[in-house]
Parts: sequence; structure tokens; C-alpha cells
Amino acid sequence: MSAVRGDGAVRGGSATRSGSATRGGSAVRGGGPASRSGPPVLAIRDLSVVYRTPAGDVRAVDQVNLELQAGEVVGLAGESGSGKSTLAYSTCRLLRAPALITSGSVRYQGRRMAEPAEILRMRPDELKRLRWREIAIVFQSAMNALNPVLNVRDQLTDVIHAHLRVSRNEAREKVASLLDLVGIPRSRLRSYPHELSGGMRQRVMIAMAMATDPEIVIMDEPTTALDVVVQRDILAQIVELKERLAFSILFITHDLSLLLELADRIAVMYAGQLVEIGTASEIQHAPAHPYTRGLLNSFPSLRGPRRDLAGIPGSPPDLRSPPPGCAFLPRCAYGRDACTSVDMRLAPVASSPDPEHVTACPFVLPETPVRPGPAAGPRTGSTRPSLLAQAPAPDAGVSFAGAAEGGPGREELTP
Amino acid sequence: MSRASTGDEPLRREVTSVAAERGPLAMEAIGISKDFRLPRGQRILAVREVSFNLYRGAVVALVGESGSGKSTVARLLAGQERLTSGSIRLDGQPLDLSTRQAFRRHKSEVQLVFQDPFASLNPVHTVRYHLQRPVRLHQGKLSKDEVAREVAALMEQVQLTPAEQFLAKYPYELSGGQRQRVSFARALAARPSVLLADEPVSMLDVSIRLEMLSLLDDLRRRFRLALLYITHDIASARYFADEVLVMYAGQIVERGPAEELTQYPAHPYTQLLVASAPDPDNLGSTLRGGAQRNTRQPAQASTAPIGCPFSPRCPLADDRCRRDDPALERVSAVRAAACWRLDVAAPEVLAGRQGGGDMTS
Repeated sequence: MSAVRGDGAVRGGSATRSGSATRGGSAVRGGGPASRSGPPVLAIRDLSVVYRTPAGDVRAVDQVNLELQAGEVVGLAGESGSGKSTLAYSTCRLLRAPALITSGSVRYQGRRMAEPAEILRMRPDELKRLRWREIAIVFQSAMNALNPVLNVRDQLTDVIHAHLRVSRNEAREKVASLLDLVGIPRSRLRSYPHELSGGMRQRVMIAMAMATDPEIVIMDEPTTALDVVVQRDILAQIVELKERLAFSILFITHDLSLLLELADRIAVMYAGQLVEIGTASEIQHAPAHPYTRGLLNSFPSLRGPRRDLAGIPGSPPDLRSPPPGCAFLPRCAYGRDACTSVDMRLAPVASSPDPEHVTACPFVLPETPVRPGPAAGPRTGSTRPSLLAQAPAPDAGVSFAGAAEGGPGREELTP
Repeated sequence: MSRASTGDEPLRREVTSVAAERGPLAMEAIGISKDFRLPRGQRILAVREVSFNLYRGAVVALVGESGSGKSTVARLLAGQERLTSGSIRLDGQPLDLSTRQAFRRHKSEVQLVFQDPFASLNPVHTVRYHLQRPVRLHQGKLSKDEVAREVAALMEQVQLTPAEQFLAKYPYELSGGQRQRVSFARALAARPSVLLADEPVSMLDVSIRLEMLSLLDDLRRRFRLALLYITHDIASARYFADEVLVMYAGQIVERGPAEELTQYPAHPYTQLLVASAPDPDNLGSTLRGGAQRNTRQPAQASTAPIGCPFSPRCPLADDRCRRDDPALERVSAVRAAACWRLDVAAPEVLAGRQGGGDMTS
């Protein structure tokens, strides 16, 4: 995967072009809070990251273009190992060897900055000012990310003293107001991480990220380890804080259903590449890329009629030797010969009125009929409309691979 | 810790499980309770008078949040914890763990699958070791060839093929989904009749959860397993289970057929669970409307139960709720709920008019 893709001159009018301002701003964005007219807070261009291993380079992030506008929530969805965390951490240069950023640029333009800064060329002292002060991260595992021998107050004070020049009294007041902000009673100031529930710990993490009033908060699976009620509570908290403090969010998760509710725009990542970017509504109602379709068809919904769900059969490719062309081809229901040499640059979805709805698949359109997965065998008529069609009787001769791997990807609704 | 009796105990028994339609009774939990003792004489009532049945070929889902006692129920059924009170029956026989042999016989019939496939497999052993051991332990004297054949067959069942290639691998060489397949195969090695799956997919990516649930369902059908599916994801229970039991603070607060219960939840806690599930079709409802302050406290397995355990979080709680603990009472032939305020919480369910509308909104 050498850099055959040119230098950021993305084909067509992709969302990643900086010329988006010429298109009349937020009209297509369906009332999202962010205005697309200003320059982006964060602009990632042609970013590639590899992990150097004895067995060869693992291409973790491949030529990614993504922008984050002020006040915008961008969701980054993908499976484990798709490179979403690597992408996010590389924007703060938080990666260490054997990770290596091989190409690209990450430009940051904050309110407190006169002109855009190139993060990939920053000196260590500049990086220190950028991290947390400008871009803060909420890590996935709050238990591991918090220091077990410091109580809540000390963790927060630590952050404040490291990044802001304030007196001890000011810091103490700030800590108290941060706890109020995330809804933790002040009586918990002296609690240690192990004395807090999972949701409470995650709130402390969020309070720490808020401590320096950053412009961008990167959230890496902040609610994955929590159960649904707490998860919802934390998400509502995040949305509320975002409205009040006006920061941008890059929200990383493998659960697309969360993003549909939370994000303004969603970028779908597969095997180190972005395969589709669109508004939450476009991703939900007019998904173009087969992988996005697979993700959408992966989670059981609680409301509405029961659908036949298929998931995505197979597993992601080995990124040490990615297949030529489209990396999703082995798992794709729409594959054809041309896919092995397809150009994976994002281009506008041909039939979409929004030129910022872009996909890497030139063949499948939102209106393309849904097709069964590649491993699907002949399917017998099932009377029970569920993901798990019931076979009539236990039968030792049932073809196993057909039953579990090959659920059809049809989306037809059964009343 | 008995719940307030309302005088119509017989009525309560009339609630039949829809899971019974799938096959014969395999396992019964009859009023099981478990206390954990803490220092200074305190006790945690982790499980309180829980009763349900598992049937061959049927899936019963146990749904609740962290700390509600779901996993303790599984451990009690597996014989890994001693009951404080109540009884467990397997194929009509009372649970017998008095001797090593009896315990092993129980293990052969009742197997557990754990949540975290990273922690539940031994990192220094190959997949082959993980499967050979239970085959030898539970299937009597087998020759080397027979063990090898059995192991290969297990790999086939969970679709880890080519088997030879996977058998030589160590857990760290496998993806999360593949590890969980090994866990399934290991559980099946004992040829159990009951499989207790404790959050079997919640550590896995959303995109492969479905595949794993399909596999689990396939195994259930092929081996006519009585399956207890423990989860906090009520949406997956809707698709996967026949009957759903909703657990809160150690008690079952509602039970009923999966589709009916998730579409028309009666208990306020079930309604909260349903409302908390991500809902792409309801953009900007609760999430953007700000936090629901009401739901802040986590469920506590109480040390001194007074009143309905959900009453501190319940929007409908009144004085009686805070004073008396409601019993699980029959709502229809197949549904039951433990709530004093059902007439307000779910009038449609009480009236049997369930097509009336979405009560979760």
C-alpha cells in the first residue's frame, strides 16, 4: 500500500475537501449544531500509520481524511482492530513505537490559536500545550486510566496543575465545580477509584477531560463497559456538557446504534480506511457502503417489528498483507471482479443530494437492493421472523456453516 | 426476607412459562436466595427468592444491570455457590453436591460460559488442551483416538475449522470471537443438558455478536440445550429468548414472553431498561433532552430491604412502595410483575389490551 493515491486532492467533492464552505453551509446537515462555514477545528489529511513488526508493517491507518468542525460530534465506528483508536491517538501524537506515522498532516485550529498548527510537526513543548489543554481524551477503561492510589480530588488537582497556571485555592474550587458539572456529589472527593461504581469512574474521567476547557474531546468507547441505563445517563451527560461548553467530540465506538443517536456525522472505518462518511441520518437511512449496511444489520432493535438480522460473516483481513483493492471484498455480498482493483478513495454517493455523503464503494448505492451475505447457503422459508430462525427439529445432519454464517442480509420487515 | 403476601399465592403459580412449549423441564430454581456475609455482621442479599424453570430446547433470558444478582443466580445453578435458602432441581432430582462424584455429575449436566473469553481461557495452554481436558473428565474412559475425534467434532460444532490449525493455537493467537467459540466448545465437551451463558457476547464487537448468538442458538437446537442467557442487553433478549426474566436488586421484578415483555413492559424498571436502549428511530428524544436525574443511583443489593427495592428510583413510588415489598404477581396467563402501581405503570397490560400503543415513550 504505497502512496499511490495522490496528495490529498480527493476525487470529487468529498467531505474531506476544505472547500466545503462554498456549498452553502449547514443546509444539508439537518439542523446540527455545528456550522460548516468556518474552518475545521481539526483537519486530518492523508494520514497513514503503520506498526513496525518483525513480520512486516501492519497498516493500521491508511490515507485517512477527516474533519471535525467546531461544536460537532463526529462518530468513528468500526470493529476492533479497524484502526479507529490508532487514528484518534495519532491526532495527539500519543502513539509510541512501533507505531509510526508515515504520511499525512493533522492541522488544529482552536479558538485560542491565531493560525492553524500542524500537530505532526510540533515540538515536545508545543505538544505538551496541545494535549489536554486543546485536545483531551476520555479513555475506554476508566479503572485502568485512573490512578488507583490517588483519590478523586488529587487526580483532578493533578491535571489542573499540570496544564493550567492556577493557585491551589483556585484549583480546589475548580475541582469542586467539575464534580458538580458531571453530577458527582462533593462527598466523593476523597474516594478512591475502587470505591466508585463504573459509571461514577467514567464521570470522573469526563470531569478530568473537562478540567482544562478543551476544544476537542476524543472519547474512546467511553461507555462500552457500562450497562445500558448508566450508559444512557453518561451519554446524556456528555451531550449536555457539549451544549454548555461548546467543544467538539470525536466519539469512537464499535456500536453504530449509539452513534446514530449521538453523532452529527459518522465516519465508518474498516481495516484502516474510512469507507463511508455521512450525516447520522444518511448513514441510518441511506447507507451506501456494504460494510455500513452490515453494521446496521448487526444490532437487534428493541422497537418496531422484528427484522431478520444477519451481522457480518467472516473476520477482518490481516493488515500485514492487505488484499489488493477493497479490503472488505471477502465479506461483501456485492463483490465483483472489479473490486480487487477498486480505487478506495472516498467519492460522493452518486444518488445522494448531499455531496458530503461519501463512500469508498463505487458500485453499491443506497438504493441497491440488499443482498444476502457471501456465505449464505440456500435458505429455507422460516416462519419466525427473527435473527435466529428456528429449524423444525434437532437434526444431526443440519449444515452448520449455512445456519450460522449465512444469515441473509435482507432487511425486509415482517409484520 | 419474604415479600409481602397478598393472600393469593395460588394465582401466582398459574403463570406458565412460554419456554415450556419447547421441551421438557430440565432445571428448576425454587425460591433460591443467596446472602453474602460482610464484616461487622452485615449481609448482602444478592439473590432473593428467585424461582424459574429451564426447559430443554428453550432460551430463558435473565436481564438486569450490573450488581442485580444475575451472575450469582448462574453460579448457584452451576453449584459453585451454596444456597442460603430455596432449592434447585435438575431433571426432577434435588441438587446434590455432597460428594466429589455428585458435584462432577452435576457439572456434566450444567455448564457455564463466561463473559470474558480473554480471562476464561488459560493463556499457557493450547486450544487442544482446553477441549481435551473436559472430554476426558466428563465422558468416561476414552482412547486417545476417541478423544481426538471428539475434540475435532467439537471444533466442527463451533465452526473453528480447519480444526487442526486452531487446536495448536494459544488463546492470544485468537480473536475475541474465536476465543468465545472455544469457550462454547469447552462447555459442550461435557455434553450438558443445561448451558448457563453469562453475558456470552457483551465483550465482543457488535458486528460479531449476532454471529455468536446465532451459533449459540444453533447449538441449543442441535443439542436441545436448556439455555439460560444472562445479559444486560434487553434488545438481544427480545430476539434470542423465549421467556425474559427481569432482575433488579436480587429479585425478579417481571417475567413474560420475550416479545410481549419488551414491547409492552409492565414494571417501571423494565420500562426504564427499554427506554435506555439506543433507539435510532427516536433521534433526539431523551438523549438530547438532558440527563434523566431520576436514574442516577445504581442498583444496590440491599443489606436491609425495606419496601420495593426499585422505589428510590421509581417515578411512581408512593408510601406503600417504600414500606412494603410487592410480590411477583400474575398479570396474565404468561406474565407476572412485582409492582404495587401496575394500574398506573401499565394499565394496558393489566387490561390485556396490548396492541394499544407503545408504552415506552
